[in-house]
Amino acid sequence: MTTRRDVLRAGLLAGAAAGLGLPVSTPAFAQAITSLDVFVPAAPGGGWDATARAIEAAMRDDDIIKEFKFEHVPGAGGMTGLPRFINGKKGSSNAIMIGGMVMVGAGAVAKSPVTIANVTPIARLTGEALVIVVPEASPHKTLADLVAALKKDPKTVSWAGGSAGGSDHIFIGMLAKSQGVDPRSVAYVAYSGGGPAQAALLGNQVTAGVSGYGEFEEQIKAGKLRALAVSGDTGQFGVKSLKEQGIDVSLYNWRGVFAAPGITPAQRTALVGLFDRMVAGPAWKKTLETRGWEGIYLSGDAYGTYVNNEITRITAILKDLGLAA
Amino acid sequence: MSTLDNLMMGFGIALTPMNLLWALCGVTVGTAIGVLPGLGPGLTIALLLPITYKVDPTAAFILFAGIYYGAMYGGSTTSILINTPGESASIVTSLEGHKMAKRGRAGAALATAAVGSFIAGQIGTLGIAFLAEPVVNLALKFGPAEYFALMVLCFVTVSAVLGSYALRGLTALAIGLFFGLIGVDLQTGQARFHFGVMELLDGISVLIVAVGLFAIGETLHLAATKREEEKALELDGPVGMTKEDWKRSWKPWLRGTAFGFPIGAMPAGGAEIPTFLSYYTEKKLTKHPEEFGKGAIEGVAGPEAANNASAAGVLVPLLTLGLPTSATAAIMLSAFTSYGINPGPQLLQTQGPLVWTLIASLLIGNLMLLVLNLPLIRIWVKLLKIPAPQMYAGILVFATIGTYGISRSVVDLVLLYVVGFLGFLMRRFDFPTAPVIIGLILGPMAEQEFRRAMTISNGDMMIFIDKPIALSLLVIAALAALGPKLWSMLTARRG
Repeated sequence: MTTRRDVLRAGLLAGAAAGLGLPVSTPAFAQAITSLDVFVPAAPGGGWDATARAIEAAMRDDDIIKEFKFEHVPGAGGMTGLPRFINGKKGSSNAIMIGGMVMVGAGAVAKSPVTIANVTPIARLTGEALVIVVPEASPHKTLADLVAALKKDPKTVSWAGGSAGGSDHIFIGMLAKSQGVDPRSVAYVAYSGGGPAQAALLGNQVTAGVSGYGEFEEQIKAGKLRALAVSGDTGQFGVKSLKEQGIDVSLYNWRGVFAAPGITPAQRTALVGLFDRMVAGPAWKKTLETRGWEGIYLSGDAYGTYVNNEITRITAILKDLGLAA
Repeated sequence: MSTLDNLMMGFGIALTPMNLLWALCGVTVGTAIGVLPGLGPGLTIALLLPITYKVDPTAAFILFAGIYYGAMYGGSTTSILINTPGESASIVTSLEGHKMAKRGRAGAALATAAVGSFIAGQIGTLGIAFLAEPVVNLALKFGPAEYFALMVLCFVTVSAVLGSYALRGLTALAIGLFFGLIGVDLQTGQARFHFGVMELLDGISVLIVAVGLFAIGETLHLAATKREEEKALELDGPVGMTKEDWKRSWKPWLRGTAFGFPIGAMPAGGAEIPTFLSYYTEKKLTKHPEEFGKGAIEGVAGPEAANNASAAGVLVPLLTLGLPTSATAAIMLSAFTSYGINPGPQLLQTQGPLVWTLIASLLIGNLMLLVLNLPLIRIWVKLLKIPAPQMYAGILVFATIGTYGISRSVVDLVLLYVVGFLGFLMRRFDFPTAPVIIGLILGPMAEQEFRRAMTISNGDMMIFIDKPIALSLLVIAALAALGPKLWSMLTARRG
């Protein structure tokens, strides 16, 4: 049954409608997509799951897609799920996988036969800058103090962060290398999960710590941890970036969306179109705000190039850290 | 406002009919998922996270808190009745609990677990309200060196479950330690013993090994040895606890709480370690040492109190510092953030009413759990009337579906049966199985903490001596391990 509203909708240009935030259910280029199968290669409750749920909420609120199915296959920084997504969803036009920078590193470290290069890049959604902190009572008042100590004797400066080969470790490796310090000599103490790493910092067990800004935010605000630098291109949250402090290192823990391998260019364009509309809508903007995510949106071919560059850059630093072959 | 005033305000909000309903809902769901092997509170809360888009924060946290405490109750039920721990903190419960059930004392075992959980839960929750500050300060003093020393102390507790032959017990421990090595090493990112199987990169789940060894292993053993028609387990004596049971339980409850609450509050403490320590202590202190290994009520009362108290302890760093120290706490944290609430050192100031309502509803939910679980015991023990063949067939199905249903991973299923067969062989040739679990839990923790300590100290072993807490723990461990031997040598010489 065709109602007056449907006719109205069909008559509107999809792009214009999305820009105005009007509900549109079937724009011309996304005719086929009425539901999305979202594959999360991590356990419910983590960052990728949060991204997936936020996509669902935003697309529902803005009437882009109403029907969602979720599948979680956790493990090994996404490396358990990735082969399953590739084999199970090959050629599927409405399947997306959440992934990101962590998967690039995990693939290289685990020497996995399939990597993030085997799926189809759709869009980069969010980026999180990492932050370098020291405990309140630390003698290192500035980044320069900490870097000087690192250059003097890297063994005496211990860093708490996430698992070895993850984004925190990669970042410290890059920082060390830029200072002429062998990344392998860095005293990196890996913790699983942000809680134990924060506890080590609050208890003065380690010299410094690295994690996503959000992880340390409340401790920084309360003055229990001192933020020395953020990893993005420019300063954030009142903290200067490394670049602004004269160290040419920049890294984002970015999260994005990938489609199955073997889809047609038209199918890919349709999926990219969905996300172009989502980020233009009000619901997603509100999500970014409440979650404190930085929307570093990039889609289509530009995102594909970006992913390839990240693979090259991150694999190189992991080799320097002695973690990848 | 004083703590008491705050708590009263919390009760004021938690006692509204709607919030009571959420609490009831939570504890019921919690008990149910605790009974199912594999489905833990963390996963359940994660699956329920989308409700945070619809429900107000107070209601959501009352629900989550109910699930969290409820799962701790349910976990003991299957441990005792069918030797299948619902979650890893109940593994120790099955050691004596299931033996009690076999002797027809299932009702008493379930009752002491329920009452012990209640008492530990209430004390622990009051501890959150009144002792959070000093406890968290102590917990933060624990660095890698102190944790490693604590692990060493825990390894001593293995001696309590070694069985009749030390060599066989140590072999079992070594098997557990090996299982613990499998997967990606946190400190180097390198994969160990994964044989090219991607699913093994994250290591082997303690629960799969526990269910495999205990439930599948026992079933296979029974099928292989018992030929004649097996008589169903008979209930011996009253369903509840006798006066003697109460007398033997109350001290273990309190001691278990004393282990569970502070260790639970430690960022790397966990729920399993206090259960080991409690079991070991009860075995050493009991007036009925002959009953241990055959179903001693102290061995159920202590560890059950310990795991509930640790569940309360975990909330201390979460609510005071915003530190999630267990998987479940991490997921509760992400529920906070999806409301735009940032749990951190200022949580109590910025979200006072929410936190106090949460604490009040924990006390209420805990009482509900006791009221819910005591009558349930009468129903649970009826399960034992099922004849052995049907019962064990049921256990196989239960364990298999539980394992596959959670991860939907064929690898986990294969692993379950490989470990199950290993469990069968171990039983057949009289090896104790509990040390495998202890090795699997403690091994990776001890290794990681040791290596963290070595990285921080730049390879200097003196870090274990220089830190007073670490040194004291190591001395206690040495006394516990060697003390009795030295004592008997000394007294023998004198005599």
